[in-house]
Amino acid sequence: MLWADNRFGTASFLHHALKKAFPDHWSFMLGEINMYAFLILLATGTFIALWFVPGHTQVVYEGPYQLLRGQRMSEAYDSVLHICFMVNAGLLIRQIHHWAADIFVAGIVLHMGRIFFTGAFRNPRELNWVIGVLLLFAAMCEGFTGYSMPDDLLSGMGLRIAVSILQSIPFIGTWATFFLTGGVWPTEILIQRLFVAHVFVMPALITLGITVHLMILWRQKHTQFPGPRRTEENVVGSPLFPLYTFKSLALQFGVIAVCCLFGAFVQINPVWIWGPYQPWRAISPAQPDWYIGWLEGALRIGPRWAVHFPGHMIPSPFWPGIVLPGIIMVGLLGYPWLERLFTRDPAPHHLLNRPRDVPVRTAAGVAFFVFMLSLFLAGSDDVQARYTHLPLDDLVWAYRFFCVLGPAAAFWITYMIASDLQKKGGTHRAERVRLRRKPEGGYEEEPVG
Amino acid sequence: MQPNVRERAIAAGLLLSMLGSVGFMVAYAKQMSTQWEGFALACAFGGFMIAALGWARWILPQEQVVDLRDTYPQPVEERAGMVERWEHGIARVTRRRWLTRMLYTALGVFGIAAIFPVGSLGPEPDGKLFHTRWKRGIRLQRVDGSLVRSPDLNDDAVVTVFPENSIGDSQSMAVLLKLPDGVVKDAPQGYVAYSKMCTHAGCPVALYRAADRRLVCPCHQSVFDVTNDAAVVSGPADHPLPRLPIEIGPDGYLRATGDFPAPVGPGFWEES
Repeated sequence: MLWADNRFGTASFLHHALKKAFPDHWSFMLGEINMYAFLILLATGTFIALWFVPGHTQVVYEGPYQLLRGQRMSEAYDSVLHICFMVNAGLLIRQIHHWAADIFVAGIVLHMGRIFFTGAFRNPRELNWVIGVLLLFAAMCEGFTGYSMPDDLLSGMGLRIAVSILQSIPFIGTWATFFLTGGVWPTEILIQRLFVAHVFVMPALITLGITVHLMILWRQKHTQFPGPRRTEENVVGSPLFPLYTFKSLALQFGVIAVCCLFGAFVQINPVWIWGPYQPWRAISPAQPDWYIGWLEGALRIGPRWAVHFPGHMIPSPFWPGIVLPGIIMVGLLGYPWLERLFTRDPAPHHLLNRPRDVPVRTAAGVAFFVFMLSLFLAGSDDVQARYTHLPLDDLVWAYRFFCVLGPAAAFWITYMIASDLQKKGGTHRAERVRLRRKPEGGYEEEPVG
Repeated sequence: MQPNVRERAIAAGLLLSMLGSVGFMVAYAKQMSTQWEGFALACAFGGFMIAALGWARWILPQEQVVDLRDTYPQPVEERAGMVERWEHGIARVTRRRWLTRMLYTALGVFGIAAIFPVGSLGPEPDGKLFHTRWKRGIRLQRVDGSLVRSPDLNDDAVVTVFPENSIGDSQSMAVLLKLPDGVVKDAPQGYVAYSKMCTHAGCPVALYRAADRRLVCPCHQSVFDVTNDAAVVSGPADHPLPRLPIEIGPDGYLRATGDFPAPVGPGFWEES
């Protein structure tokens, strides 16, 4: 450290940095889970990339998996089978990679929920909210390109659907499809482009996003819940070194250990079972990774609504596939400003809200969650129909109603609960006092802190 | 001095980690199963987690520090200095108006030039989505390479077919059905063929429900009535599967009599 100070003059910065305050509330660790999951993804992804071949060239499988022997498949799929069966610990690392990706996106969603429901996105943190939303969408794209690359039957079907959605955009859809995928489906160059996006472009953007996210966080310092000694002007918490470093390290090792356990014992995306992608073959039921589930559901219960013009048309997938995600993204990005429109409160806030104290926001958030949940559930309506023996059409209509009425009901119920909790009080914790016995008998109390 | 319980717990964590690391080395060297390798790794990291937690909770001082926030905006003189420096600089840069305009123009022209390489990304659509490889007289070939002849299929049998010598071509893939005579008009001996690419999102319409003669797409459950020109019965698809015109030649082979009458697969802007 002294060496560094001699060369770079770091003493002043580190002196302050090492005792920077990190609030101790558990919900502040949700964001860190994502950072650690991302590190796992970089490490395991690098390992997998050492063997993965992003190619469409057809080869005949000659590996140890008997059921696929002699089958024609792309180099990409062949190399994934090689990683699974021939590379020592290859399957483990691949499964850890996939699980870490699912945890990465889940962690982002939970972290975002914390930020939303406690009002941490308010002035001066709007920009970090925007970066966070962009990171969520980047993570989803990264995940989708990742599980699309093995060129197995399931991923090929998913890609085909994504390309169809792209193709549905008015004016530019066909051109965008041809330019991005390289021609008529299935193209010879698509996996190579997915590979470039997945191992270079997107990780670089996500790394950049996380870096800026953290730099802004560092500069603006953490928010905190109201409490003794905590004000708008300060941050109370554990010092970065050594206390918080060890807490955070524990979390990091915990996240890695959980990913290892899942990768070891819970099978995920067993591509050898799906077989190679061939455009005329399909598997059923077919569901995407969890974070694409809402989009799958939206496509299933979306309206059959093609708009025709002379010589042109807008096909149905445009509405659930482009318009709906577009509205959601714009809504999320603009939420800090949307809320300010109603609250007319441009002042900076560093103390967090408890969700009950802002019933409308809390209710809106829960309603949005229920909306997404209903789409997510609709994404597996065929499986539900199989197990419940209900007609699929009835389920589709049920979800169509539920995705409108469910959020409305959720809004109302949440609003009532929040208002009720608020009325009951309990917003403020009782002051902590220290009791001292007086020499003449009896007690006196003295406030702590 | 005897270590206390807490110290023992931390030591146990570190021991677990060491065992896990050694276990991983052994599992890796002996090429043991995914489960053993992963379990050993999880122990190595889990042990570290226990130790770090123990350190944080029991060994390190549970101190609380208070950071004061910087206040924004920063002092007036700083702001004024920043604004003045910026505006002064801009004024100096743009002092020669005509040079400034040329700079903007040059940047704009370069910007347009920089877009041009996008053209290398893909071929132009050029009507490619309107045609498949079916032409008049082309025979129907199965995935295994065999050609379809008229007595091959029983009633309600289904087979995936391609234009002869174009096996695997996604745009051309079709599903050939044999229905009882008279169920569908203009179906020679009950043979009828539809595009196999779903008109919703492009998945193969791979499920056939013989009970009510419906083709079902496994992706989003669009249902098509094969007795009624593959009209959409339910689901999100918004137009029927194009029907491939076929005939049975004098030699018994099934042949196309032309291309699909409409573009196959999911809709697009240029389609009417």
